[in-house]
Amino acid sequence: MSIDLSVWEIVIGLEVHTELATRTKLFCSAPNEFGGEPNTNIDPLTLGLPGSLPVLNEQAVELAIRVGLALNCTIDRSVFSRKNYFYPDQPTNYQISQFDLPINGEGWLELPSGKVIGIERAHLEEDTGKSTHVGGGGRIHDATYSLVDYNRAGVPLLEIVGRPDLRSGDEARAYVSELRAILVAVGASDGKMEEGSLRVDCNVSVRKHGDAELGTRCEIKNINSLRSLGRAVDYEAERQIDMILAGERIEQQTRHWNEDEGRTLKLRSKEQADDYRYFPEPDLVGLAPSQEWIDRVREALPILPAARRHRLCERSGADTAQAALIVERGLDDLCLAALDCGADPSRTITHAEHNLSDPKALELDPEMFAKLTKMDADGDLSSTQTKTVLAELVQLGGDPGEIAEAHGFKAMDSGELDAVVDQLIAENPEQWQRFCEGDPKISGFFVGKVMKATQGQADGKVVAGLLADRVPNAAKE
Amino acid sequence: MSSAIDIAAAVQSGERSAIEVLEEHLGAISERESEVHAFNLVTTDQAIAAATAVDELVAKGGPLGPLAGVPVAIKDNLCTRGVATTCSSKILEGWVPPYDATVVTRLAAAGAIMVGKTNMDEFAMGSSTENSAFGPTRNPHDLSRVPGGSSGGSAAAVAAGFAPISLGSDTGGSIRQPAALCGVVGVKPTYGTVSRLGLIAFGSSLDQVGPFANSVAEAALVCEVIGGHDPGDSTSLPQAFPAVSEHLSDGVAGMRIGLITEMMGEGIAPDVAKRIRAAAEWLAAAGAEVEEVSVPAVTFGLSAYYLVAPAEASSNLSRYDGVRYGLRVDAPTTGEMMELTRTAGFGDEVKRRIMLGTYALSAGYYDAFYGTALKVRTLIRRDFDAAYERFDALLSPTSPTTAFSFGDKTADPMSMYLNDVCTIATNLAGHPAMSVPYGLGDDGMPVGAQVLAPALGEVAMFRVAAALEGSLS
Repeated sequence: MSIDLSVWEIVIGLEVHTELATRTKLFCSAPNEFGGEPNTNIDPLTLGLPGSLPVLNEQAVELAIRVGLALNCTIDRSVFSRKNYFYPDQPTNYQISQFDLPINGEGWLELPSGKVIGIERAHLEEDTGKSTHVGGGGRIHDATYSLVDYNRAGVPLLEIVGRPDLRSGDEARAYVSELRAILVAVGASDGKMEEGSLRVDCNVSVRKHGDAELGTRCEIKNINSLRSLGRAVDYEAERQIDMILAGERIEQQTRHWNEDEGRTLKLRSKEQADDYRYFPEPDLVGLAPSQEWIDRVREALPILPAARRHRLCERSGADTAQAALIVERGLDDLCLAALDCGADPSRTITHAEHNLSDPKALELDPEMFAKLTKMDADGDLSSTQTKTVLAELVQLGGDPGEIAEAHGFKAMDSGELDAVVDQLIAENPEQWQRFCEGDPKISGFFVGKVMKATQGQADGKVVAGLLADRVPNAAKE
Repeated sequence: MSSAIDIAAAVQSGERSAIEVLEEHLGAISERESEVHAFNLVTTDQAIAAATAVDELVAKGGPLGPLAGVPVAIKDNLCTRGVATTCSSKILEGWVPPYDATVVTRLAAAGAIMVGKTNMDEFAMGSSTENSAFGPTRNPHDLSRVPGGSSGGSAAAVAAGFAPISLGSDTGGSIRQPAALCGVVGVKPTYGTVSRLGLIAFGSSLDQVGPFANSVAEAALVCEVIGGHDPGDSTSLPQAFPAVSEHLSDGVAGMRIGLITEMMGEGIAPDVAKRIRAAAEWLAAAGAEVEEVSVPAVTFGLSAYYLVAPAEASSNLSRYDGVRYGLRVDAPTTGEMMELTRTAGFGDEVKRRIMLGTYALSAGYYDAFYGTALKVRTLIRRDFDAAYERFDALLSPTSPTTAFSFGDKTADPMSMYLNDVCTIATNLAGHPAMSVPYGLGDDGMPVGAQVLAPALGEVAMFRVAAALEGSLS
C-alpha cells in the first residue's frame, strides 16, 4: 500500500442490501428460504404471471421499522415505485422499490471507535432471481443458453444507504460489521454475507485533504466478505490516485471486485445515468405505519451493540477495542453477570478478550467464572494454570476450585521458585550475560525453563520479576 | 331469451334445468357466432360440466347462488383456470392461467356458467375491437358496424343473446362505450369496489371490471356478486359493494341531476345529443331537478389519459418478453429474443401505446408529461367534487356517435381516441359511471346515456339508470 495518507483522503459510502428474515416474500405468500431446488419457492406473482397482484408483507414492514429505529432513522410515510428495466431474472421487468419516499429517512450509526456515520435512508424493495449463463464466457451476451432460478425473486430487501463518511478500508469494514451486528440483534437478518443475506456495494473516491469537493466516485460490486471490502477499497483508492497522479481523468464507473486477482475491473460507465422510468406502483397503496405501531416496535427493540459496549466499559473499565471484541462475541452478558457475582473486573475482561473464543464459552456459569477470576487475581493460580482451569470450565463446567485441586494446582511457594531461578542462572551463564545486557529475546528462554522445571506451576509474571531482581545494579545503568 | 334474474329463479325452483338453459344459449351461439365473432373461445365442455354441477346441486336441494345456471361470457383479459386467456394478443397465445380471477371465482360461486372468453381490442387498447389479433367482433345490430371496444365481444355477446350477462373491463370507457354501441347496459363501478386480481393489467390505476346486461337490474345483481373487498388486491376498498338492487325502484323524485355542458357540444353528433336532452327532460318530468353543469377539467381528460394509461401499460406489458410464458421467437441472444418476441407478438396499437408511455416516463420528460397528467387527474377530481356538491348524479352521452363502420377510424388513431371523450374522465377520477340504452340515433343504431356518480355513489347512479330504462318501456 503506497498511498500517502497525509496527502490523500479516501472517501467511502456504502450501500448495503440485506435480505429480511421474513417467512414469506415481500409481496406474496411464496416462502422466503435460501437454497432449495431451483424454481420451487415460487407462485404466480413470483413469476410475474398476468393478472397477479402484489400484497405487502406486514412482517417485512415491521422488520424494516426495527432496523430504521435501530439506526436512529425517521420512520416516514412511504410509497412504492416501479423501477423499469429488462433483464430475464426480473420476472415483470420492473422492480418494486421505494424511490423518492423511503420508509426510513435520515439516521446514524456509531462505530465501536465512537465515530458516527450518517445513514441517508433505508428502503424496502424486492430481490431479483438468479441467472446462470451457460457456455461462451459465462456472460449473458455470449452464453449458449441461460437458466433462471426465481426462488430469490421477490425476497424482501432493505437497502441501507450510508453517507460518504467513511475514510478507510478498515473503517468501512467496521461499519459493515457494526451494521451486521445491529441487523442480527433486531432479528432483521441472519447477517450471512456468504449466502447473500448481506450484500455490499461500495462507492469510493479520493481527494486531497482540504479539498471541499468530493472526487468522482466508482461503485464496486461483488464484495462478498469483510476482508474483500477492505482489500477492494485499498485497491480502488490506489488505482484512482495513480490515475490522478498520471494526469488522467477518473470516469464514473461501476466496477467489479475480482477476489482472485485482487483488483477491480470496469463493468460499465455510469457517466450517463440509467433511465429507470420510475413511477408510483399503481398496484399498491401508500404505506403509513401508525405511531402506535412504531412505538410498539421501539419498545420491543433489544439493547443494541453500541449501548452494550458503553455498558460494558462503564461496568468493567474495558477499553473500546476490548468492548468491541467482547460484544461482537456476545460475551458481554456473561461478563456483566460475573461482575454481579463479584468477579475481578480486569481479569474478567482479559479472559473474555483472550481466552474465551470458543462458542461454548457463552454457556459458562457466571458464578464459576467469577470465582476463577478471583483465584487468578489473588495469586492462587499461575496464569498458565488459570488458563487450563478456564478451558476445562468452558468444556465441562464444574467448580474452578475443584478443577484446580484435581490437577494438583497451587501457586508455588516463593522460596521454591527462588531456588529454581538461581539454579537456572548458574546453569546458563552465557544466556544470563545476555539477559543482563538487556537482550529482550532471552527473557522468554528463562521463563520457559522455569515453567518446564515447575511443570507450569510458576506464574510467568512472577518469574520475570525474580529474574529482573537478580540483574546486577551496574548492568541496569 | 330470458333475463339472468328469471333464469336463476327458474333454475332455483326446478322449473328449468341449468343444462337446458345452457343448451339454449349454445344454440344461439352456434347460430350467429360465425358472423358476430364475439368469442375467442367457446368453453362448451367446461360449461356443460358446470351446468351439470348446478343441476346436481338443485337435485340435492341447494344451496344455490343468485346466478344459479345463468350463462355468462367473460372478457379474455380475465384469468380463467385451465382455460386459455389471450387478451386477444398473439404474445399470450398458448398461455393457460393456473388460477381464476376473483370476479370469475365469485360468479362461479354464485352459480353462473361461463360459456366462453370474449374478443377484445388487444390488451384492451382500442374502441372498436378492430385491434384484436384474432379478427374484429361485429355489431349484432348491424354487422357492417363495430361493436365498440375494447370489451366489444362481451357487449356483442349480450346483445346477440349468447349470454344474458357478461363481464368486461373499463380503463377509459371500454365497458360503457361498447354497451352504448350495442344497445345494452354497461357498468364501470367505483375504482376499488371490484377486485382486479386476475384481471390482466392495462392501466392499473384506471382498470375496473364491470358487467354487461340487457337490464339495469341484472347489471346491479352482477355488481353485487362480483364486488366487495378482496384482500388479494391492495387497491380494493374495505367495504361490500353498495346495495344497489334494493333501490332500483326508488325513482328520481327530488334527486339533483346535472347535464355536463362540456359533453353536449362540439364533437357530439346531433342525434346523440338530442336523445340525451330527451333523457334529461324525462328525468325532470319524473321529479328530478335537472340543470346543466360545467365540469371544466374534463376537457383535459383525453390528454391526461393518453399519458397515464400508456405509461402504466408500458410497464405492465414489459413482462411479455418470451422468457417465462406465451410467445417466444428464438434468437441468438436473450436481448434479441426479447426484441423479436415483442415485435412479433404485439400489434400496432399496443406498440404505439408502449412507445407513448415509455416516452412519458422518461427522465427529463416525466414532469412535463406524466407529472402533469397526475395534476390534471387531481383537477378533474376537484371539478367533479365541486359538481357533486350540487348534484347527486350527472348525465352525458356515453359515446359521441352511434356505432361506426369498420375501418372508419383505424387510419387516424386520434379520431379513434376521441370516441372515449365522454367516458375517460370517470376513470381518471376513480368514479362510477354506467351506460344505459336510450333509444336510437338517426341511423337506427342504439344511443347510450351515461349516468355518472361520485365515488361509491352507485345507489344514486343505478336509481337514475333504472328510471331512464323505465321511461322507455
